[in-house]
Amino acid sequence: MSENGYKSGSNLEKVLEAGHFAFTGECGPPKGANVEHLKEKMEHLRGQVDAINVTDNQTAVVRMSSAAASAIMVQAGLEPNFQMVCRDRNRLAMQADILGAYSMGIRNMLCLSGDHQHFGNHPQSKNVYDIDSMQLIAMVKKMRDEGKFLNDEDIDESPKMFIGAAANPFADPVEFRIYRLASKIDAGADFIQTQCIYNMPRFREFMKKAVDMGLTENAYILAGVTPMKSARMAKYMAKFVPGMDVPEALIKRLEGAGKGKQAEEGIRFAIEQIDEFKEMAGVAGVHLMAIEWEHKVPEIAERAGVLPRPQV
Amino acid sequence: MIIADRKPLEEILEMIADVDNIMLVGCKGCVTVCNVGGLKEVQILSSSLKIARKKADRPLQIEEVLLERQCDPEYIEQIRDTYDRYDAVLSMACGVGPQFLSEAYPGQRFFPTVNTKFMGGAVTHGIWEERCAGCGTCVIHHYDGLCPIARCSKSLLHGPCGGSADGKCEVSQEIVCIWDKIVLKKMEQGRLEDLRTFKPAKDWRSARDGGPRTSIREELVQ
Ligand code: SF4
Ligand code: SF4
Repeated sequence: MSENGYKSGSNLEKVLEAGHFAFTGECGPPKGANVEHLKEKMEHLRGQVDAINVTDNQTAVVRMSSAAASAIMVQAGLEPNFQMVCRDRNRLAMQADILGAYSMGIRNMLCLSGDHQHFGNHPQSKNVYDIDSMQLIAMVKKMRDEGKFLNDEDIDESPKMFIGAAANPFADPVEFRIYRLASKIDAGADFIQTQCIYNMPRFREFMKKAVDMGLTENAYILAGVTPMKSARMAKYMAKFVPGMDVPEALIKRLEGAGKGKQAEEGIRFAIEQIDEFKEMAGVAGVHLMAIEWEHKVPEIAERAGVLPRPQV
Repeated sequence: MIIADRKPLEEILEMIADVDNIMLVGCKGCVTVCNVGGLKEVQILSSSLKIARKKADRPLQIEEVLLERQCDPEYIEQIRDTYDRYDAVLSMACGVGPQFLSEAYPGQRFFPTVNTKFMGGAVTHGIWEERCAGCGTCVIHHYDGLCPIARCSKSLLHGPCGGSADGKCEVSQEIVCIWDKIVLKKMEQGRLEDLRTFKPAKDWRSARDGGPRTSIREELVQ
């Protein structure tokens, strides 16, 4: 723990520690050095969320680095949640980037395996995976709490990150998912952001197990929400995104809304979800991934009743 | 064993476009077992090359040879008297073969005719699958004899990742998610708890990452 009693002292950590229902957003860096475009997207989130996830070459498509985009947010007075995947860097580059990110004022970090490069725009690249997401979590914790690099050498001023990890309650083998979550928390995850949830009954079951196993006492779980823009998007996700569970009933509901009204129906469903998450045992907040829909976040936040965001 | 695939005929023809007289050397080792570089394949490639060159009006002379193994200097010696009678020598062995030949006979040119792919075995007639990536420090006792380094697309020591669905890897429907198998096997045996142990970051020095490797068996070195 650092002197002020917090692990990193990030806004997100303070909000969660104070017992508020957290609300985080997401912003993908531009496919280029277009800082203005990034600023425009991130400004939609100002005052609406406690931290903004900054994706790291999301879906294995090259973009502005998540560290640089996160630093731009810090400079603009916004709080980033710096994402790092294991696909593109070895342990040297990872530790260097963690130190660099911290020195730029970044205080939250989400540790991920990352989509395989096969999905992206450089499928020819070498796949690194020097360490995996579990080992990355443990490494960031070691750097923070022990002040040591992975090789046990001392760090001159250690990076104090609030450590996040992902969980997908819907991937296979389903029975194992809760144990994997438990392992990530044991490895050092302070907070968890889940994969987008559409199947509420299955998520309720997952959370019940998490609570029963005492996991929610050791980490904050933020439920992942991505509003559907259309029935087409729902069908696509159901069919082509591995590890995504989109119930047929939701697709029917969106279709039933009729032409031009599907996006509104998608938002309605998302708001119903958020309302339920607020009451669900063990859920500490919501992570809203409004992909290329940042401008809709204020409306969703407003209608979901999560505004104003707490000042801590 | 080592599994390889034959290179496309066009690629081989291109390699030898400027020569008229070659030696084509097969191998009785792995490539015979995986039907890519044994006697039969030497004969097939030889006649295909001859036909193609005849059509192109530049006939090719080929001497067909089969060595016991191309990864052993003893057998490499068997062509010492003949290797320099040809414009080039084509090896049908794995990537080791042309190199052992090339090192033994500095004056000659050696070309590969196969793409060497992995260490594995035949899961059914005509289908071979990868099993080992030769990481140099075997850890499969932690995973009930299944290797996540060679067989998980991300070499995860703590899997499965969030992309595992219906026993298949997120990369392709053609790839089995080995982590799904590892978990199911542990569950069947009631030992899922095994997978809750944290595995420290792997030391990749024993793999290719530490540079080219050597194996020395002191008792055998004279
Ligand atoms: S752990 Fe290493 S040596 Fe063992 S099977 Fe896997 S790649 Fe081969
Ligand atoms: S789906 Fe399975 S095999 Fe593929 S990368 Fe993930 S854990 Fe590895």
